[in-house]
This record gives sequence, C-alpha cells and structure tokens, in this order.
Amino acid sequence: MSSAESSVSGDPELRRSPDPDSAEWLRTLTGTGQERDQAIERLHELLLRVARAEVRRRGAGLRVSGPELDDLAYQAAADAVMSIIRKIGEFRAESRFTTWAYKFVIFEVSGKLGRHFWRRPDARLDLEDWSRLPERFGSGPEHHAEWRDLIAALRRAVDEELTPHQRRVFVALVLNGVPLDALVARLGSNRNALYKTLFDARRKLEARLAGYVTHRT
Amino acid sequence: MNGFSRLERFLRTDPRDVGCGEAMEILHVYVELVAAGEDPEARYPGVAAHLRACGPCEEDFAGLLAAARLIGPE
Repeated sequence: MSSAESSVSGDPELRRSPDPDSAEWLRTLTGTGQERDQAIERLHELLLRVARAEVRRRGAGLRVSGPELDDLAYQAAADAVMSIIRKIGEFRAESRFTTWAYKFVIFEVSGKLGRHFWRRPDARLDLEDWSRLPERFGSGPEHHAEWRDLIAALRRAVDEELTPHQRRVFVALVLNGVPLDALVARLGSNRNALYKTLFDARRKLEARLAGYVTHRT
Repeated sequence: MNGFSRLERFLRTDPRDVGCGEAMEILHVYVELVAAGEDPEARYPGVAAHLRACGPCEEDFAGLLAAARLIGPE
C-alpha cells in the first residue's frame, strides 16, 4: 500500500488558524469552570445527535434496534467526548472543529457495532465453508455449479500462498462475512492491520489466479 | 456485474491505496472537500482508492459526510 499521503500535519496548505466557531470550541473546552462544563455538555448533545443519526442511517443492515440502539448511540457520544477532550491538542484546524469531532463519534459507532456483531447466534469466525463463496459475491444457487472450478482454484491458492494469519483473516472476512470492525474487536487488533493483512492476501491471490477469473467473466 | 466480476474486482488491489489508518486520519479534511464541491480525489488519490476498496471506511466516510451536511457546524 502507498503512504504518499501520510502526513496531514506536514501539508502547510492545511495548517491555518481555526475559524471563529472552532476557536470558540477550543477556548471553552480547554478553559476551566462552568464555561468548560457547559461546553462539554453542549459537545455531548451535539455528538449524541450525530450518533443517533448515524445509527439510523445504518439501520437497515443492523440487528440492533429500539432502546439498545439508542443506548449504543449514547455510549458512543460519551466515549467520543472523552477522546476529544484527551486529544484536543491534536486538532490542527485543517477542518472545522465540529467535523473533526464528528469523526470521533462516527468511529465509536463503528467500533461498538463491530463488537455487537458477536451477539448474533450465527456469527462465525473460523468455520471454513467454501460453498458460501458464490453467495458472498452475489451469485444465486443456480450459478453454483459454474463456480466449482474457481472455488477449487481459489482454495488451492489460499492453501499454498497465504500465511496462517492471512488465511484466518480471509476466511473470517470473505467466507464468513464477519465485518472488519467485528474482527478487530475479536482479535484485539486494529482496522489498519487487518486491512493490510487482507490487502496482501488479495494481492497474492490475484497474482496466482491471474486470468483465471477474467476468463469466466 | 456477475459474481465472477465481483470476485475479480475484490481481488484487484490498487497500489495507491493508503490503508485505513492514513485514510481515517485525513477523513475530516476529505469530507469537507467533498461537502464544498471540490475534488478530493485529485488531492488525495490514495484515500479515494482506499475508500473504493474498504467498505467500513467508506461507511465512515458516508456517515461523516452526512453529519457534516445535515447537522453542520452547529
């Protein structure tokens, strides 16, 4: 993977003074006394609105609803406020303060939904059921026979090319449909590390199967 | 697009892809460029490549953009 865009803080074009609203957030949140308490309360209310809107936006794909979903949003907002207070010195005014702050609560929602996945009775980590591959890529049962050779080739490539860790991540994410954030929670890893693992696995498998898949499309 | 095409697209990697860490570090900047009608891909092609390939990061991008647009700066 590339790292050419790695340093946001290293881009002088992005460094600027905060806009007046952002400056006011910074002043009050890093201040003292009642003014700071009120700013924290206001930030929590704002992030709670964002969290509730976000869980509603993702709603259809979730198996969480009602009070449980609202509790998740509330907790995401509370945890995001704590992180923001802790990291406020890292805000570099590359964006409005609120856009930067909303990012924390969006990430909290993702992480909490990931952990929630494991409450599902059908959640599986290591089961290696290759017959589910066509369905995972949107092919109905009527096409499964056409997949037989490809599954065999892909399975051989997984056996011969991937490390045990790459294989475990590939099986969980691709065959079992475990969401990335759920796997992060289960393995105590982070999104970047697991994505990199899968990225490397994809690259190996693509090289091994070069032309094989294209031939069938 | 059939299942084979989807599998082929999934296996194909983009060397410009910066990964989740770098994309998420800059996501607030990227979102404001989108919200302002600018072209973030021209400035951050590696982030754009990542968002095309990573469902969870694309979901976070969509959520942050929705928040920035609907709730705004407050």
